[in-house]
Amino acid sequence: MLCQLCQKRVATVHFTQIINNNRVEMYLCEKCANEKGNMNFISPLSLGDFLSGFFSTDIGDSYIATPDVNTRCEVCGMSFNDFQSTGKIGCNNCYKIFGDRLKPIIKRLHGNVEHIGKAPSGFSDSMIKTTKEIEKLKEELNRAIQAEEYEKAALLRDKIKELESRSSGQ
Amino acid sequence: MFGENAKSVSESDVVFSSRIRLARNFKNYPFPFRMNEKQCREVIEKVKDTVFSTSYAAADSFRFYDISSMDPIERQAMVEKHLISPDLAAMQTLSGVIISKDENISIMINEEDHLRIQCLYRGMQLDRAWENCKRIDSMLEEKIDFAYDNSFGYLTCCPTNVGTGMRASVMLHLPALVMTGYIKGILDACSKLNVAVRGIYGEKSDASGNMFQISNQVTLGLTEEEIISSITNISSQIIQQERTLRSELYRQNSYRFEDRVFRSYGLISNARILSSEEAMKLLSDVRLGVDMGIIKDVDIDTLDEIMDITQPANLQKITGKALSAGERDIKRAEIIRDRLRHRPNT
Repeated sequence: MLCQLCQKRVATVHFTQIINNNRVEMYLCEKCANEKGNMNFISPLSLGDFLSGFFSTDIGDSYIATPDVNTRCEVCGMSFNDFQSTGKIGCNNCYKIFGDRLKPIIKRLHGNVEHIGKAPSGFSDSMIKTTKEIEKLKEELNRAIQAEEYEKAALLRDKIKELESRSSGQ
Repeated sequence: MFGENAKSVSESDVVFSSRIRLARNFKNYPFPFRMNEKQCREVIEKVKDTVFSTSYAAADSFRFYDISSMDPIERQAMVEKHLISPDLAAMQTLSGVIISKDENISIMINEEDHLRIQCLYRGMQLDRAWENCKRIDSMLEEKIDFAYDNSFGYLTCCPTNVGTGMRASVMLHLPALVMTGYIKGILDACSKLNVAVRGIYGEKSDASGNMFQISNQVTLGLTEEEIISSITNISSQIIQQERTLRSELYRQNSYRFEDRVFRSYGLISNARILSSEEAMKLLSDVRLGVDMGIIKDVDIDTLDEIMDITQPANLQKITGKALSAGERDIKRAEIIRDRLRHRPNT
């Protein structure tokens, strides 16, 4: 997109001005924006800043110095602060060590903290998973019946039957 | 490019491609950005061993590429063909990819996660892509212990991918929705439904050539099948609206519609200089004309091929040397003229 003022350079600045209570928004190149605003621009929000804002735990505990603020993962050396500033988790073990603090963040991202999809074959709590899946399918079945989608409902019914017979056979 | 022709797959008038991607990590290694060189190398070797020495029947249909030893143009050419992600291409550390001969399956190694298993098919084929991803995943699982937690599911470097580790996406060609401006409503609706909309080359790219990629954002708390069915449902609604608008636009002013499509066809078949952006725009019009049965002497496969080979890096790969932007625009126009003249079905 070209600068809306000079129409020559690429617009890199989103310029917002409030004039007589009216909000005026323009996309400008840095040069025009500087001339127009006659001010120094705060550099665009860096990805790190954005993530740390997003991944910060609730205000409550970020201001209270928690005793384990210096805890580091013994496997990869990551601290929870490192995660907050990069948005990246270091290893398998970090999820165990920082699990309690990651939980609310993951909940915020996904609205959920219980995995119900595919699991490695060694993980044999598939019973619980099957039960959860049956519950979900039953909900879907109800919705399908309400929406009078009988073909879909029949498919769902068969799937539930199959899962139920499988879990009782275990 | 996907090894099957467009007419044989469903919804190919609007759906360009379907893709499933699974993120997986080794349990016993730090995630890639915290690994040292030795660990990076070990992870690559373990994945290679598993894929190539396994009893897996199709092992000989895969090939390994060492990304670290490839120059930037070669890497970018793979991105343009959707074989690897832009992030893998940008890796400074040891990384690689295993690609199937038909180019439908790629297993990226040491990207943000140790493994990114990707299956890509043309048209609406998310189910097929998932079946194949699942097969590859299970095959790898026989030899590799993945990072997995009972509650969080598959563990990933970024918490936005935990759980299934799955991203399901479809690439849609939506010229009528763009022309009428209704696309804005669609984009708004998608964001409310937790569905991400991106440009053709994924994150941070523009929707050039009226191509939009829609994908799930939530990866935890849903089964893979649920994710696929929600993306399928949303796409089928968008497809329906796009089709309705196409025929409505044509009905309202068929001369103007045909004029636009044929003008673009004329331009793209005769131009001597074509920028990437202009080519994508014209290709979109021609594709629309072909899908609507207005242009009869070009097929979609030819257009797909053109779209692939006229991207900057592939163009330079074909030419065998680095080209300036100006030289590329000339070469691009030349290749397109040539392909459109040697149409397979004329």
